[in-house]
Amino acid sequence: MSNTSSSKQVNTCQSINDFVVRFANTNGTGSASANNMFAKAILRMGIPVSAKNIFPSNIQGMPTWYEVRINESNFLARRGGQSELVVAMNAQSLLEDIDSVACGGFLLYDSSRALQTHEIRDDINYLAIPISAICQKEYQDPRQRQLFKNVIYVGALAALLNIEFDVLKTLVGEQFRGKDKLITPNIYALELGYQYAHQHFQCPISLRVERRELINNRIMVDGNTATALGAVYGGATVVGWYPITPSTSVVEKFASYCARLRIDPATGKKNYALVQAEDELAAIGIAIGASWNGARAFTATSGPGISLMTEFLGLAYFAEIPMVLVNVQRAGPSTGMPTRTQQSDILACAYASHGDTKQVLLFPQDPFECFTLSAQAFDLADQLQTPVIIMSDLDLGMNDHLTAEFIWDDQQEYQLGKVLSAQQLDELDEYGRYLDVDNDGICYRTLPGTHPDKGAFFTRGTSRNRYAGYTEKSADYVENMQRLTKKFNQAAKLMPSPEIKQSSKRAKIGLIFFGTSSHAIPEAIQQLKDHGLSVDTLRIKAFPFCHSIIDFINDHQDVFVIEQNRDSQMRTLLSNELAIAPNKLNVIANFDGLPLTSLFVVNKVLEHFAQQSSTSQTG
Amino acid sequence: MSYQKSSFYHPRLPVNDLGLTYRDYEGALSTLCAGCGHDAITSAIVQACFELSLPPHQVAKMSGIGCSSKAPNYFLNKSHGFNSVHGRMPSVTTGANLANRDLTYLAMSGDGDSASIGLGQFAHVVRRQLNMLYVVANNGVYGLTKGQLAATADKGVTNKGGELSLFSDIDLCVMALQLGATFVARSFSGDKKQLVPLIKAAMSHQGFAFIDIVSPCVTFNNHASSTRSYDYVHEHITTAAVTDFIPVKTEITSDCQAGVCEDICLHDGSLMRIHKLQADYDTKNAMKAINDIESHKQKGEILTGLFYLDPNGESFHDVNNSSDTPLNQLKQEVLCPGNRVLSSINDSFR
Ligand SMILES: Cc1ncc(C[n+]2csc(CCOP(=O)(O)OP(=O)(O)O)c2C)c(N)n1
Ligand code: SF4
Ligand SMILES: [Mg+2]
Repeated sequence: MSNTSSSKQVNTCQSINDFVVRFANTNGTGSASANNMFAKAILRMGIPVSAKNIFPSNIQGMPTWYEVRINESNFLARRGGQSELVVAMNAQSLLEDIDSVACGGFLLYDSSRALQTHEIRDDINYLAIPISAICQKEYQDPRQRQLFKNVIYVGALAALLNIEFDVLKTLVGEQFRGKDKLITPNIYALELGYQYAHQHFQCPISLRVERRELINNRIMVDGNTATALGAVYGGATVVGWYPITPSTSVVEKFASYCARLRIDPATGKKNYALVQAEDELAAIGIAIGASWNGARAFTATSGPGISLMTEFLGLAYFAEIPMVLVNVQRAGPSTGMPTRTQQSDILACAYASHGDTKQVLLFPQDPFECFTLSAQAFDLADQLQTPVIIMSDLDLGMNDHLTAEFIWDDQQEYQLGKVLSAQQLDELDEYGRYLDVDNDGICYRTLPGTHPDKGAFFTRGTSRNRYAGYTEKSADYVENMQRLTKKFNQAAKLMPSPEIKQSSKRAKIGLIFFGTSSHAIPEAIQQLKDHGLSVDTLRIKAFPFCHSIIDFINDHQDVFVIEQNRDSQMRTLLSNELAIAPNKLNVIANFDGLPLTSLFVVNKVLEHFAQQSSTSQTG
Repeated sequence: MSYQKSSFYHPRLPVNDLGLTYRDYEGALSTLCAGCGHDAITSAIVQACFELSLPPHQVAKMSGIGCSSKAPNYFLNKSHGFNSVHGRMPSVTTGANLANRDLTYLAMSGDGDSASIGLGQFAHVVRRQLNMLYVVANNGVYGLTKGQLAATADKGVTNKGGELSLFSDIDLCVMALQLGATFVARSFSGDKKQLVPLIKAAMSHQGFAFIDIVSPCVTFNNHASSTRSYDYVHEHITTAAVTDFIPVKTEITSDCQAGVCEDICLHDGSLMRIHKLQADYDTKNAMKAINDIESHKQKGEILTGLFYLDPNGESFHDVNNSSDTPLNQLKQEVLCPGNRVLSSINDSFR
């Protein structure tokens, strides 16, 4: 095992099913599918796993990382810190990658080029495999030489970490189904790596995986795919969109599912229409026009697209037109860090557009909720006659997550809200588009073409009276604005309620969070327990807020709001909307563009108490 | 404010095939300035729809923001209308049309709405071949914001405030021709004889129809140095061709001398009869139309009439291969694949 030993006497990392493997690649070299296969192999062995793609806003030639966390306790958030095993395939980032290996950990690298002295750390183990040289010898075609490098290291990892080789073979078979010619060469490349590792190292090394039965019915999928599928199941037929990372794949997946599931079997015609618009203004305009006309419609965007859509969001709010907007948030402001994650559009979306506006927001935490809330968003939009914004983020949207399998209740019917049919119009003595007949702030819509002479009205973004007539009378305007407030309060009753986890003996500390921040929480709870601190938690699922949030805040002495933006926007929204004194809410704000870690949360909580005790001592 | 008109009906008003009178196609009382060209367009639309016997509820009136965009409130009271945001009517109409291909989309915009803030949306809705009639009421100014110059104002003219138009003008007909519109015409709000048949033909046309209507703003653009004033237009108008519109049901009796007439059959079987004032006028040649428009403009003339017509062009839903049933009428059974399909999808993620 000479190749793997380090000169200094350090404890070599040892673990079964609890470690992080970080792949350092160059983007555009085909590493993504090999890395994906690696993560999926762990999944197939029944072991909980997560994968984070940390990629540049670039098409080819820049460093990109893929972090796989393997953890039997289902702690699957980004762990942060150094990794036990780093696969260094990018000469550009090599030094940085060497630094990212944990003390006692392993570096697998391409030894076709010898390491320089400054690249040698004496506290880690080097796994030298001459990958380029092997490819040079085996393959003539330069493209193959490049692509198979990735497959070779996956093969080597199988030997090193004790991944079942048959699992990998099955995955190759699935990946190239229909392109069967590619199966044999890929398996051959896996074997090249596998054999090399076996011949040169003592396999497995002290990090390894062992088969478990811990996945149960869970699936592994990215949030954007789930959101797209939710839109298909929710009955969306019209989409306007404009490409932007990280939301693009929502629409691409929607298109590919529709191409499979929404073609009329008799005629071959499409039961959907998709327009790649000229910009985000047009994208949302299309969704609004279609929804106004009674189709379920959505658009998806990120960052700058949200800014462009705000005028239309105000129109849809004020003119009371349902629509669904998927916001896959990324690091702002401006173009910001387009390929990094954040939850920094909370205020921009909650109050999107000029004037007094409030928008309905949903905060999915995982792909399961992306699916469910995406489908539900269409019901909510129709019931409330207002835009519903699904607040996803890059981590959720673009990374694969282990999640509950999707289910659909075939008995459940679409809730189309208050839309009058011709017959209902005939039965009415009087129709007013903005008459609050039910006293819930939600009035009755009619769709164009419904009735030859009843129910037509003029939709507008200007002030209007109950009969949709233009007015500048203050009383009419005020009445309408107050009704919109009533409707928004009504909306709170339809929103998914927060998920509260409270011990029977109430903890003094309460953690409030939403969306992907939840991934780090179970681990943070455990770590805080190790520090003698017990916590209760509340996960916000929607805005407008439920009143149980106020109770939770009042019931806890130290409340922390955990979020992924600089300005603690959710805290502002909570204080503002629930009339909570801002100093009652402590801030835990992570905004470096990387998914939140439990360590970050725990450190902030500990810091808070350390500060508190030092001020109480001095004061 | 919109005022309701009195609902008193003269018992002997003429009725159309649907048994409706002209008044059934009217809207709220106009609040535009007395003499505004847009009101003349409104009455041409009312007449065209009445004569076509269009069921009013099968029409959707779409607009942006501006005096011109208010006009839909003043016609077709029984139609749904959508007064959207400034410059964005084309996208809203696109969505509406995708949702229900069976309605007739009648859109009204201004030169500010379409040639400035909405130029991008204008261009793209033409490209998209949306089946609609897009009317621009072209007054060379922004009426609603009190007379600033519009991008359609000819270079060198001044507005009422004396501001000089320094930059070259945008001709929306030329753009529409370049971008593949299948029906392109220009008219004058004061020329109802030309305008009504054009609107009728455009509404019967399957595909994207565009009519740019010179529509003087009496308040801000009806002065001596304007090329959009009533006087100027009356003196400088040149007509390429006069059109008659003959609906499917009517026997063709229109008298017209052989050699100068051409009948074009529209998709629904109705006829567009073109009397060529200029003997060589060819409505099948977009490039030539662009040339004609430009060369007349250089002579200080406004060329009007039907410039281009392709009655067989494809529209969005043909290209998209959309279902014949409007998308907004598809039921949950058709739209939702159900749990069995979902469980096989789940299996692809294991
Ligand atoms: C985003 C936005 N910017 C500016 C305005 C103000 N505005 C209202 S109408 C208008 C110009 C309308 O001109 P045009 O489309 O030519 O219509 P006209 O009144 O001349 O018929 C402007 C600039 C607005 N409503 N929205
Ligand atoms: S300002 Fe001009 S465009 Fe507006 S209503 Fe008056 S005349 Fe018409
Ligand atoms: Mg104008």
